[in-house]
Amino acid sequence: MSRLNLPRPLVLGGILIGASVLLAVFPQLFAPYDPVAMDYNALLKAPSWAHPMGTDNFGRDVLSRVIHAYTIDMQIAFFGTVFSFVFGIIIGAVVGYAGGAADTVFGRIVDAVITFPFLVLVIAIVSVLGPGLVNMYIALAVVGWVFYARIIAAEVKVQKRLDYADAGRAMGYTPLRIIFRHLLPNAITPAIVYVVTDMALAILLGSSLGYLGLGAQPPAAEWGVQIADGKNFMTTGWWISVFPGVAIVLTGLGFSLIGDGLAEVLRTRK
Amino acid sequence: MTEVALQVSNLTTTFGHQGTAVTAVDDISFDVMPGEVLGLVGESGSGKSVTLRSIMRLMPQHSSVTGRVLWQGRDLLAMPEPELRKVRGGEISMIFQEPTTALNPVLPVAVQIEENLRAHTTLSKADRGKRSLELMDLVGISDAKRRLTQYPHQFSGGMRQRVMIAIALASTPKLLLADEPTTALDLTIQDQILKLILDLRDELKMSVVLVTHDLGVVAATCDRMAVMYAGRIVESGPVADVFGQPNHAYTRGLLGSVPRSGTERSPLLSIEGTPPGLMNRPTGCAFNPRCEFATDRCRSENPVLQAMAHGHEAACFHSDRVKAAGWAGS
Repeated sequence: MSRLNLPRPLVLGGILIGASVLLAVFPQLFAPYDPVAMDYNALLKAPSWAHPMGTDNFGRDVLSRVIHAYTIDMQIAFFGTVFSFVFGIIIGAVVGYAGGAADTVFGRIVDAVITFPFLVLVIAIVSVLGPGLVNMYIALAVVGWVFYARIIAAEVKVQKRLDYADAGRAMGYTPLRIIFRHLLPNAITPAIVYVVTDMALAILLGSSLGYLGLGAQPPAAEWGVQIADGKNFMTTGWWISVFPGVAIVLTGLGFSLIGDGLAEVLRTRK
Repeated sequence: MTEVALQVSNLTTTFGHQGTAVTAVDDISFDVMPGEVLGLVGESGSGKSVTLRSIMRLMPQHSSVTGRVLWQGRDLLAMPEPELRKVRGGEISMIFQEPTTALNPVLPVAVQIEENLRAHTTLSKADRGKRSLELMDLVGISDAKRRLTQYPHQFSGGMRQRVMIAIALASTPKLLLADEPTTALDLTIQDQILKLILDLRDELKMSVVLVTHDLGVVAATCDRMAVMYAGRIVESGPVADVFGQPNHAYTRGLLGSVPRSGTERSPLLSIEGTPPGLMNRPTGCAFNPRCEFATDRCRSENPVLQAMAHGHEAACFHSDRVKAAGWAGS
């Protein structure tokens, strides 16, 4: 294979997310302290060589907590999107292929869901189910599949009119086979681009819910929880909130860059 | 006389809902004999492709197909889906005009050939592989082993059509429906593909319905032909008879519009005007506004197919005058 000419956003995003995954899988290799160990001799210490990101009001090392939070926040990026992705593409592909009444009903569901702001709907569902990560994933899947289904349904509607879909029918293949074996692989590209961008949104949403006390629960190290922890100390200990915020920005940026880069690669390849 | 392979009777295809429905195929009937190549000829929009797709029930939503399509004693139009799926691809196969779009771009050729075998035969995985190699040989693709692992975009247009034919013929169907299989190909390749279809017809003893707008193709390949105009068959018969003595004014015009070599240079006949749209079919014979033989009767009454000679039918009130006028080629 010749030298790959990858777009710069993809490379940059890949480095950011690669590092994030590494930190998420092996936090103990990089974190200098136990993320939940409290040190009452070092409360609210400003960044120093001993604590590069300072300590919080319980004397916990902020750097260690930011690093350990990668484990949870990268999980949120994955589990917050994977169920939406899977259910969304299955439903979208079937609806797009079937058309007619199924499509009409689906259109109304989409309208109903996107009428509400995404965050409000997720918060409402989590409030009913109770706070916690698992319930947050459920809420994200319940709301999020709609977006994937819409993308795939539109794409399948285009693909099913092409000759190869007719050829598949003319060969006597079952509708399920035509949908999942033939149409879906040709229709999935935009959904793959979207899922990467959606991971950035999932992290934002996960930390928003953590901040509101509806996602990850203290004392777990999670960026949103950390920002909430630091909000009463903004004037005396800005580092408690700022560094988790930077981590959110960098990870979100990483996913967005990969999304853009992928879109570019897949577009030129078509 | 042998048993008819495919019998289409009173096939009518309409699009849209009642009140606003338009008729694309209007009450047509024809037979296909075992081993026979039937050419379905006509201009764009005359309903040839819709006829093929109606036979296979490949019509989009909001269309309705009525009539009967008898295939070995069973009506394809009334058949439940699961049974129809066995016929499609197994007993009746179809190839399309654009080999570029008729193959799935994301699957290697081997997968697409074996898929048909999996759907219609009980061959084991190893046997399917062997059969795929045979099929590639059969359709004249050399270096089959390597080519099988390639994707459609790695094949040229003519090679893609060969692949399409290999897929269509994988389960040795008894009838091949070919929807302008050579229109998208250049002339030398066209010839090879047509020859391939004829060879395979002999080898596999199947019937072929060939849709085309190219009279040269019909003359070179078909046993019988049916000329379609505005959704109806206006003339049908053995190719030699129809070419020798067109009985319908439209067929005469169509034949006269093709330049011929070997004869004295003469002006080409042309058919003035354009075919009527689906929404505004003229009353009477649909061809009457463009027809030089048209009379008042043609403008009010729709002619039906009449037997002219043995196996030769035409739907024209003035076939005697058409015959008398002759055409450049006869």
